[in-house]
Amino acid sequence: MSISEVSSPRGRRGDDRPLVITGTRVVDPTRDLDAVGTVVVIEGRIAAAGPDALNQGVPDGAEVMDGAGRLVLPGLVDARVFVSEPGHEYRETFASASRAAAAGGVTTMITMPDTDPVIDDPALVDFVMRRARDTAVVRVHPMAALTRGCLGQEMVEIGLLQDAGAVAFTDGRRSVASAATMRRALTYARDFGALVAHHVEDATLAGSGVVNEGEFATRLGLPGIPREAETIMLERDMRLVALTRGRYHAAQVSTAASVDILRAAKGRGLDVTAAVSIAHLTLNELDIGTYRSFLKLSPPLRAEDDRRAVIEGLADGTIDFVVSSHDPQDVETKRHPFAESADGAVGLETLLAAALRLVHNRDIGWSTLVAALSTRPAARLGLEGGTLKPGAPADLIVVDPQVGWVLDRAALLSRSKNTPFEDARFEGRVLRTLVAGRTVHAYR
Amino acid sequence: MISSETSARAPFAHKHLLGIEDLAPDEIVALIDRAEAQIEVSRQVEKKRTVLRGRTQINLFFEASTRTQSSFEIAGKRLGADVMNMSVASSSVKKGETLIDTATTLNAMHPDILVVRHHAAGAVHLLARKVSCSVVNAGDGAHEHPTQALLDALTIRRHKGTIRGLTVAICGDVAHSRVARSNIIALNALGARVRVIGPSTLMPRGIERMGVDVFTDMRRGLADCDIVMMLRLQRERMAGAFVPSVREYFHFWGLDQEKLGHAKPDALVMHPGPMNRGVEIDPEVADGPQSLIAEQVEMGVAVRMAVLETLAEHLPNA
Repeated sequence: MSISEVSSPRGRRGDDRPLVITGTRVVDPTRDLDAVGTVVVIEGRIAAAGPDALNQGVPDGAEVMDGAGRLVLPGLVDARVFVSEPGHEYRETFASASRAAAAGGVTTMITMPDTDPVIDDPALVDFVMRRARDTAVVRVHPMAALTRGCLGQEMVEIGLLQDAGAVAFTDGRRSVASAATMRRALTYARDFGALVAHHVEDATLAGSGVVNEGEFATRLGLPGIPREAETIMLERDMRLVALTRGRYHAAQVSTAASVDILRAAKGRGLDVTAAVSIAHLTLNELDIGTYRSFLKLSPPLRAEDDRRAVIEGLADGTIDFVVSSHDPQDVETKRHPFAESADGAVGLETLLAAALRLVHNRDIGWSTLVAALSTRPAARLGLEGGTLKPGAPADLIVVDPQVGWVLDRAALLSRSKNTPFEDARFEGRVLRTLVAGRTVHAYR
Repeated sequence: MISSETSARAPFAHKHLLGIEDLAPDEIVALIDRAEAQIEVSRQVEKKRTVLRGRTQINLFFEASTRTQSSFEIAGKRLGADVMNMSVASSSVKKGETLIDTATTLNAMHPDILVVRHHAAGAVHLLARKVSCSVVNAGDGAHEHPTQALLDALTIRRHKGTIRGLTVAICGDVAHSRVARSNIIALNALGARVRVIGPSTLMPRGIERMGVDVFTDMRRGLADCDIVMMLRLQRERMAGAFVPSVREYFHFWGLDQEKLGHAKPDALVMHPGPMNRGVEIDPEVADGPQSLIAEQVEMGVAVRMAVLETLAEHLPNA
């Protein structure tokens, strides 16, 4: 079997025919829907989805797909994708990342601004949007930098950048060390209703650490990063959110204590959301094994107790999104001793397949999964999508939850192949991905 | 111009003018009334009066201000005072002398009126406690600038006939503005409804408890306003500190004709100066028919004459 695209960025095949997917399990958290039924797509939008969707009969000339044994879900909205364009196109481009996204069931990518140059100017937001429009097969929305150059010093033009199309503001991989700068950014962003997304890590406490601090790090002789590097920054941010009443999103959390902090903050009514990466949900520090640098991430993979705690946080809604944190790194930056190799892993193509492990293990249900991967990020970022409601754009995926497969790193569509799931066994696969009713990926 | 705010002159109960906060509404009105009378003096060919003849007025400016300093200087001279300007560059404060040392030294020179500007809020009050003459606050940090508020009130009253019932928007860098604070107190005391408009980063915490409505959106905040008072934005507060850039600030909070269109058609535009054209205000508006900015300067001299004259009544042998 091989993966193939049925569309190219420019010469998209015109899926002008209506599409009807019959006898399929339809999951749509926006309507509390999880039932066998039909999905009807007409002119790029959902015409009907659910048990009664065929009331009007099959539209003339429609393509009818047998959905038996499969699921139709809203397309995934991945809120943390590093693309590397502009600046490091040899690692990834909008074209290559979007093909990987489509293969993984991601119909909307939210891109990070710490490229070269950093996306901190309205003209650069415009560049990203034009480039994505011209070359990507899925939807792309950029986050802009929160501070100029992502240097943590000077605020960006939040109003103008938002007008240009930025959906949120973040310094990507970097934390804003200065509490005063963060306070001002949250305060100023609030005037525009803008969301501030923050990588929560105190760089001074993380120091030169490369793995989770603890017994495993000690055994490997690697410098550790304490959990407190994350929790101190997160706690600080919660205080600043309470002070400023800003809109805040923790870009990635990884520890049990972070879940407690978020739970308390939400209990106090703060406008806070948080994400966890698929790697932190499905892997722990022991997976690093013998210094496998493809598992060197920021924040580092934590202990199993932390992993269980973030899964519980996801299940009870304390953690809002699951993200791929797709971070393509070329061989040159990864082929080093563990401590010297770059952080980051690709993840777009494996996002859903890895997440299905949680469903198969009964850690979470389908509806929670779809909410975290699609509905909630779309809503939080003010985007259409994340739903199968009639009238919504037909951004959807058809999933076969039973297909077993082994990840072949060489077959990845990303230009970079730094996957932590090399040779991993998965159960479940995206069969077909539609964006605005057009098929942008089909698995054969 | 006679208006509802004119009052029979009550004796001014204060030795100093340190802030609007210390004044009762009728005292504010009395000062404005007096200033009204001084306008004609400035417009005459012969401007010299003798109220302060033989008196010494020292303008002690720890912060550069050509405009305010010369306004006080002209006011003092027109009233016949001997005016001496001391600026921080030539003072011994730079050599480590404390503010109190400076006060003691100055006091030994027996001035009658000390006009003080200082970058620290409250510094003028400290000086006032240490000298025996009258002290006028010409701006202390982000605290108060009482003569600016008085001249603004005078300017408004001359155009609108009254201040009571007007809606006044104070826009921009409220957090760092002594002009805003003094104006909020004065305008509230005189019966205006005051709004402040600006980005939240330039809004001090708890400002709403000073009796103002807070807006972050210019168009909404300006709706149905009678007076639009722009504040100067310090350039050093740009560059990512409080607001991201000049262009963004101007785009969202700079007063241009379109935004002014949301205020009442006969709304008047004010600015304490010096202006940053193209930063907080569009040149077209600054120099347009609704602008009172030049007139504010004229009223400044009249108000300062009124203040000096009023305080002179408390001087020994007055």
